[in-house]
Amino acid sequence: MSYFSDIYKGIKTLLTGMSVTGGYFIRARKGAITQQYPDNRETLKMFDRFRGEVVMPHNADNRHYCTGCQSCEIACPNGSIEIIWDRAVDPETGKKKKKIDKHIYHLSMCTMCGLCIEACPTDAIVWAPNFENSVYDRSKLTKILNQPGSSVLDGIED
Amino acid sequence: MNFTQMIIPLNITKTISDWIYSIMPETAASYTIMVIIAVAYLALFAVAGLYLVLLERKVAAWFQLRIGPNRVGPWGLLQTMADALKLVSKELTSTIKIDKFLYNLAPYFVIVSALMAMAVFPFSEQFQAFDINIGVFFLIAISSIGVIGILLAGWSSNNKYALIGAMRSGLQTISYELSVGLSILTMVLLTGTLQLSEIIEAQRTGGWLILQGHVPSIIAFMIFMVAGTAETNRAPFDLVEAESELGAGFHTEYSGMKFAYFFLAEFINMFIISSIAVVLFFGGWLSPFGITENIAWFPQVFWFIIKVLGLIFLMMWFRWTFPRLRVDQLLTLEWKYLLPLNLMNIVLMAIVIWLNWTI
Repeated sequence: MSYFSDIYKGIKTLLTGMSVTGGYFIRARKGAITQQYPDNRETLKMFDRFRGEVVMPHNADNRHYCTGCQSCEIACPNGSIEIIWDRAVDPETGKKKKKIDKHIYHLSMCTMCGLCIEACPTDAIVWAPNFENSVYDRSKLTKILNQPGSSVLDGIED
Repeated sequence: MNFTQMIIPLNITKTISDWIYSIMPETAASYTIMVIIAVAYLALFAVAGLYLVLLERKVAAWFQLRIGPNRVGPWGLLQTMADALKLVSKELTSTIKIDKFLYNLAPYFVIVSALMAMAVFPFSEQFQAFDINIGVFFLIAISSIGVIGILLAGWSSNNKYALIGAMRSGLQTISYELSVGLSILTMVLLTGTLQLSEIIEAQRTGGWLILQGHVPSIIAFMIFMVAGTAETNRAPFDLVEAESELGAGFHTEYSGMKFAYFFLAEFINMFIISSIAVVLFFGGWLSPFGITENIAWFPQVFWFIIKVLGLIFLMMWFRWTFPRLRVDQLLTLEWKYLLPLNLMNIVLMAIVIWLNWTI
């Protein structure tokens, strides 16, 4: 008599499925996951692991963590990152030391793979949640990540 | 006739018909009235179909924790109107190697057969265009004509996906037609009439038919809803359209308003299946427990529409819960489960009536 037990089981499992979706239907008013994007631009908070663009955080004294090791430049699969660097004499030790002049990031080429951020030994570059990247001129998508006049924080490379 | 229950708009229609009869000879007047009723129904159900599309989109959104259309008009109420306007204004494209005549005929077949079925439904005691004594039979006959339009569309498109979709539609409708017919027949056993207005009249005293016939009625209702969903080619039985397999199935090659006809017909068919179920199982325009029976001004249409919307919601619930069946599963469900159960059920109903076990 598996015929009738099959029918019973079939109806039971169908009703289980319907109760699940019915629950969603009832809770939809409160739990809607839709972001009404242009309207909630002020309050919209992107989730933690969102990959918008690569930025270099600076502290209050205009200092960053980038030592100019070029790991990110090597890790980048399509050359989105270019680092222009120089050597300067360190006033404390009197030795010549590598420092970045410009950390150039081509957002227009970037595939958001995140290999540069994984490669960075000092966590100098991180993901930012900004995704409004449309501009009228593509040269605006080539960004210099280190702010003018900034320098590396002391003691980072030791 | 009970004049206390006559609702106000129908007095207006009576005035209009009297006026038309007064200015024209009798034959011309009756034809004019037929045309006016047809145009009114066409307009009414085109708009109703559009709002069913909107309802479907809203319900789908809520099932998927989304918001749904909410930009065009308040709460998105004008969204489908705007869509229809856009579709009307679009160019009708087609491929070169189509069979022109059949290709153009197919959408009208589908939409006309859907709209024809609307004629016999008693929306309220007075609001019924065409009360024939074989109403249920007429409905079964009309509801299976639509499949010819689908077959024509698939064949004349000269497209393999369209043809596969159309052939699936053929086998699906032929199979599930049996279940729809037999479950309706089960209820006809109980009422002893095929006239829709009399079927409702039979429920006025003894309670709704789903209660009168208890166990066999409930089984018949479940089978009818499953088979009816299959008849309208909706998910989980949407093998005919099957976006992920066939593009858009039989209407792959259609665009603009011809596509919209197919789309509207699907929703009007859903309305028809729900309306048949409401008439046969849930007492049509009768109010539950007769709560508004003595209120003269209360529109009986309200109860009909509420019940129909409830069943339409049930069909949408099916759609957004169950995955699509395979073709062999579809046929197994019909021929090995629904049909034998239906035959057993009809015998059970006969026994129930014979032994007077009805409530």
